[in-house]
Order: sequence, then structure tokens, then C-alpha cells
Amino acid sequence: MGLIYDKEKCTGCMLCPKVCNFGAIEKDGDKVKFDLDKCVLCGSCEEICPEDAIGIERKTVDKEKIAEYKDVWVWCETAEGKLRGVAFELVTKARELADKLGENVIAVLIGHEVEHLAEFLIHQGADRVLLVDDKIFADYTTDAYTIAMVTLIAPRKPSIVLYGATNNGRDLAPRVAARMALGLTADCTGLDIDDERQLVQTRPAFGGNIMAEILCPYTRPQMATVRPNVFKPSDRDTSCTGDIEKVEVKIGANQVRTRVLEHVKEVVEGMKSVEEADIVVCSGRGIKDPSNLTLPQELADLLNAAVGGSRPIVDAGWLPPTQQVGQSGRTISPSLYFALGISGAIQHCSGMSSSEIIIAINKDPEAPIFEIADFGIVGDIFEVVPAIIEEIKKLQSDR
Amino acid sequence: MKIIVPVKQVPEVAEVKVNEETGTLIRDGVPSILNPFDEYAVEEAIKLRDHYGGEVVVMTMGPPQAKEALWKALAMGGDRAIHLTDRIFAGADTWATAYTLARQIKKMEYDLVICGKQAIDGDTAQVGPEIAELLGIPQICYVRHLEIDEDGKHVIAHRETDDGYDVIKAKMPVLLTATKGLNEPRLPNIMGIMKAKKKPLEEIDAATLGVPEDDLGLKGSPTTVRKVFPPERKSGGIKLQDVDAKEAARQLVEFLAKKGAI
Ligand SMILES: Cc1cc2nc3c(=O)[nH]c(=O)nc-3n(C[C@H](O)[C@H](O)[C@H](O)COP(=O)(O)OP(=O)(O)OC[C@H]3O[C@@H](n4cnc5c(N)ncnc54)[C@H](O)[C@@H]3O)c2cc1C
Ligand SMILES: Nc1ncnc2c1ncn2[C@@H]1O[C@H](COP(=O)(O)O)[C@@H](O)[C@H]1O
Repeated sequence: MGLIYDKEKCTGCMLCPKVCNFGAIEKDGDKVKFDLDKCVLCGSCEEICPEDAIGIERKTVDKEKIAEYKDVWVWCETAEGKLRGVAFELVTKARELADKLGENVIAVLIGHEVEHLAEFLIHQGADRVLLVDDKIFADYTTDAYTIAMVTLIAPRKPSIVLYGATNNGRDLAPRVAARMALGLTADCTGLDIDDERQLVQTRPAFGGNIMAEILCPYTRPQMATVRPNVFKPSDRDTSCTGDIEKVEVKIGANQVRTRVLEHVKEVVEGMKSVEEADIVVCSGRGIKDPSNLTLPQELADLLNAAVGGSRPIVDAGWLPPTQQVGQSGRTISPSLYFALGISGAIQHCSGMSSSEIIIAINKDPEAPIFEIADFGIVGDIFEVVPAIIEEIKKLQSDR
Repeated sequence: MKIIVPVKQVPEVAEVKVNEETGTLIRDGVPSILNPFDEYAVEEAIKLRDHYGGEVVVMTMGPPQAKEALWKALAMGGDRAIHLTDRIFAGADTWATAYTLARQIKKMEYDLVICGKQAIDGDTAQVGPEIAELLGIPQICYVRHLEIDEDGKHVIAHRETDDGYDVIKAKMPVLLTATKGLNEPRLPNIMGIMKAKKKPLEEIDAATLGVPEDDLGLKGSPTTVRKVFPPERKSGGIKLQDVDAKEAARQLVEFLAKKGAI
């Protein structure tokens, strides 16, 4: 482990001192010099150096050193000035893990004008919020967010860092992992601490056919992206206290190499997100015609649920792409999932098999969806679904 | 335009079965295919080359039979292939895979690296961003529409987000990961298939790559799989057959109410 500086290659361009967040690089004649006591090996200088004159060797962490890494961190993603649901789920889970370890929960909040969100994270159970607030973080960009994460992680040495497995979480986490030479487990559905205080990360593979338990024995922090909706957030407790630490992260404009020209929202007015809804009513090719989609919509409205679709009906344009469930669409795990006229192809199931309760209605008794259903009805959706709607209405009026 | 497309051979997951007794995957007799998301990447690379000139290099890290995935990509229209193959590479996790691929890519010239969004066996979507970081270039993940700016130096990409998409501009070289919607991958025709095996295919082992063994394969992987097991089978899922719709609906709603699900 260490910093490698090739003085021969260095042209003295002085880009690296500008990007060092730790004041570890100084001009030294027509070259630079490094203060290794200040350097945390975050890699910003390596990244910016046009001459490849700086290298960082990072690898495994010595057994004795592993104990230096403490606390469970959560990257708390925001969108349009709000925290994403998965941030609350992960803070709750982090609390549980941290309690087992006797360590703290640290929520990382990066964005622009997001300070007011910090208290929600404390009420959710975080001991501390690390707040990085600057205009440059207004849009999510891989480069700016990676620099911020690495700048926070490198000197503070957390033992665990969790990210929601959203599109941004799965963009950011591998970038941080590669910069710091860390293991990373994707899209986990289970997290626990074992007898040796290691993070046990459970995830589905092969389209949900098999589960794997993954460890990172020699690297710290241990990092994972975690599927939204799998862990339920606890109730927020406004009597919880914690502190907010503001951290400044220096980022040069030319370090952010992608520019967001436009955000396009495809969320249709009034259409709930399948990822965030607690109940999802999903239709497949069995629905036959787009005009029939009023039927699942009626069921969804009754249950305050989102409507989704299998790939063929999204490809046909009957529902927007945001509503597609499965491998090339969204991966979801609501507490209740209805599959209406869906055969249960593996590419579909991999996107919903971690749902808590699965209901399947299909004409074909051999349809594979029945293999993973908790409650299956062999029948015609156009007869069964209206009957279900009737029954639910009855139940709701009785209450 | 010089484009590198890392591709992976994967088992046709729809055909993978689990041995109920041992809880392991039965892979024997399961056909191998070119990862479907990589087809989008290959297709886009070919289209760009046909328009702007240049070269499409497809590369994989994998066992000898992974060549078939390269042949498929060459049959679609790739110009040449690189096969990183050595027993030392075996057992690599995403970091070690990305590291190995990046070490090779660093020796090459490129404007674009296009990966698939994810490989359908592991579904991690990590190798692309990890390669980008190791190359020190920007990344745009989950691209479903791509344009090259008039100046010929920038890409403008539609990147899928949780709520829609972002339009993102970046200067080349840049790494993209391709997802559904980017294009309609072509099926290789007979001519393409015949030509494929005559196209240059270079095999590279660990020694040629010049990377110490400790950084490769299982040894170079920070993650370890402690165990694999079948997903919890829903114990005694209910299945109603030949039950009248009204009665079935009544039982279902009763079931849901009891579970507190509605
Ligand atoms: C790389 C790749 C990625 C993919 N990604 C996805 C993905 O993200 N999401 C996805 O869904 N698919 C995906 N697929 C496609 C997947 O393989 C299946 O083709 C698809 O899921 C099938 O959709 P379906 O169940 O709606 O249609 P079908 O398989 O045609 O099934 C329709 C079902 O409806 C039943 N039915 C018909 N009429 C009625 C009725 N009146 N009442 C009750 N039941 C009825 C039939 O018995 C049948 O089982 C992907 C495929 C590939 C190769
Ligand atoms: N062994 C490999 N050889 C070449 N490319 C790979 C390999 N593994 C993954 N990739 C690339 O990285 C993408 C994402 O893979 P994964 O991170 O495994 O889901 C794939 O679509 C490929 O483009």
C-alpha cells in the first residue's frame, strides 16, 4: 500500500495540489512533494495527473488493521430535493448492523441545498450525518459524487458502506470500489454480521435461481448495493438526536467530465412507481389489448398500488418503460405482487422474485409463475380479477 | 472511430436448473450465448464504425469455449477479437475481471468502450464502471440512445434513470454501458458467420498481459463466495384449480386479509 510518485514523468503542471482535499501536495521547485502523513490515498491526484506520474497501490488490509475500520455508512440518495425511500430502509438496516457491532451509523448526504434533510436521517436512527452541500452536486454526476465519497471514506475508515441499488447507486458504488480497490457486492437482498464481525451479503444470481453469500475478508470498507424495498424502514422517532458534520470537498470543474444537459421525466402523471409502491399489480400478454388495462388499474386503485407490465406489453407501448418489471426493466420487491396473465419467464421473475407475497392468475396450469407464487389461481383474469375487486370492495366496506 | 467492446459468454439462464438436493446449478447441457446486453453494445459499435469509419475490437476474458461469444460478435460485424484466456484468470470477481480487461485496454487506442449493462448470469452491472475507473475515463451507464456530437469529439447519450432519462454529454474517450432500447441487434447472416472465423483473433495469457498472478483470478478477487444455496422455496404455496372465479377470489382475499397484506 502506498503512493508512488514518478518524478521523472512529472512535468510540474500543478494540477494535483489543486484537487487534493487533504493539503498533502505542495509545489517543490518545478515538481511537487507529498506529505505522506496527510495523504489518505484517496486517488484524486492519480485521477487528474495527465502524465501518469502518480500511482496508488492499494490492496488488502492487514488483519490487525481491520479493527481500525469502524462504523456503518449509508449513502443517502436524493432526488429533486427529497431523500429516496431506500435511504430510510438502509439507515434502519444499518442501525441493526451497527448495534450488533457496537458501532455508529453514519448517513452520507451529498447534494445541493439538502441540509434540511439531515434531521430525517437522524430521526431514522443515524448517529451522525456527513453533509456535503455544494452547487456542483445539484445533478448526480459519477465524477463529483465519486470524489466526494472517496474523500469522506479514505480518512474516516468505515467498516461498511451501503448504497441503494438504484441506477445511480449502481453507477457510483463500482466507481468508488475500483478507485479504492475494494470488493463490492451487487444488489443484495440480505445483510448480516457473522461471528467474526464480517458483513455477510446475500444476493440472488442466475435470475433468482440461486442465492449466494458473499464476504470481503481482506478489504475495508466492505461495500454493497442493496435492492430497494427489501428492508422495511422503522418508524421515525423525532426524539432521536445526532450531529451533523459539514464537510467541504474541493472539486475542480474539469474533474467532472460529464455534463447533464437535461433531465427527462417519463413518469406519467398519476402513475405510481413500481419500485416504490408497496403493492404492484403487473399485467402480461394475457391482458390481450391495451383497453383491458383498465381492469388491473381498477384493482391497483383499490389497493393504492402501482401498475406494472411484463416486457412484451411495455415493448408494445401499452405501458411506459418505467413500469416494466424484470431483467431489462425494474427490479422490485414489494410486499404484495400480482401477476395477471404473466407466464413467469426467468427474465421476468428475476425482477420480482424477492417480493414478499406473490399472487398469480393464469389460464395455464403449467405456467412457471405458479412455482414461485404463494397463492395461484388457475383461471381467466377477465373472470377472476373482477371477482377479486368485488371481494376487496366488500372487505373494505365491512371495515 | 476506434471502439472496444468487452463481451461475456453466459449460460442461457432460462435453461439453468437447480439440483434440488445439493442446491447447486446444473450447467451441463445448458447452451451458452453471447450476453444479450452485449449484443446491444456490439450492434451500436458496428453502426458507429459503418458511419464514421474505424475499427471494432471485441474482447472477452474467459475459458477457451468463450471464443464462441467472440465469433458471434465477429459474425455480427466486429473487425477483430482479443481473447484473454489463462487458468490464472479463473474465479475472478468483478474487480479482478475489470482489472484484467483494463490492463489489456490500456495497451490499445480507443475512442469508446461499450459494455453491456450487465451480464445475465451474475447481474452485477459492475464490470463496466470498474473498467472506466481503472482506465481513468468518464462513464455513462444504462445508455438507451446515443449520438455523436457534430464536432466528432463528444457523445450525447440518454442515460436511463429511476424516473426517466438524463441527456448527458461527455468528451471521448468515454465508457458506455448499453441497455434495451439502444438499437435492435442484428442476427448474423451466413456470410457473416463464414467470415467470422477468418477474422483475426488474438489469444493473450497472463504472462503476455504482464500482470502479477496475485492480482488476477480468484487470488486477485476481494470478494469470496462463502456458500450458495437455493432460494427459500415458498412452503406450500396454494394453487386453486377448477375453482369457480367467485369462490377463488373469496379465498384469495381471505388469505390476503389474514396475512395483513391488504
Ligand atoms: C435479455 C432478455 C431480457 C428480458 N427482460 C425481460 C424483462 O425485463 N421483463 C419481462 O417481463 N420479460 C423480459 N424478457 C422476456 C421474457 O423472456 C418473456 O418473453 C416475457 O416475460 C413474457 O411475458 P408474458 O408473461 O407477459 O407473456 P407470455 O409468456 O406470452 O405469457 C402470457 C401468459 O398469459 C396467460 N394468459 C393468456 N390469456 C389469459 C387470460 N385470459 N387469463 C389468464 N391468463 C392468461 C397465458 O397462459 C401465458 O402464461 C426478456 C428476455 C430476454 C431475452
Ligand atoms: N469476462 C468478461 N469478459 C469481457 N467482458 C466482460 C466480462 N465480464 C463482464 N464483462 C462486461 O461487463 C458488462 C457487465 O457485466 P457484469 O458486471 O458482470 O454484470 C458485460 O455486459 C460485459 O460488457
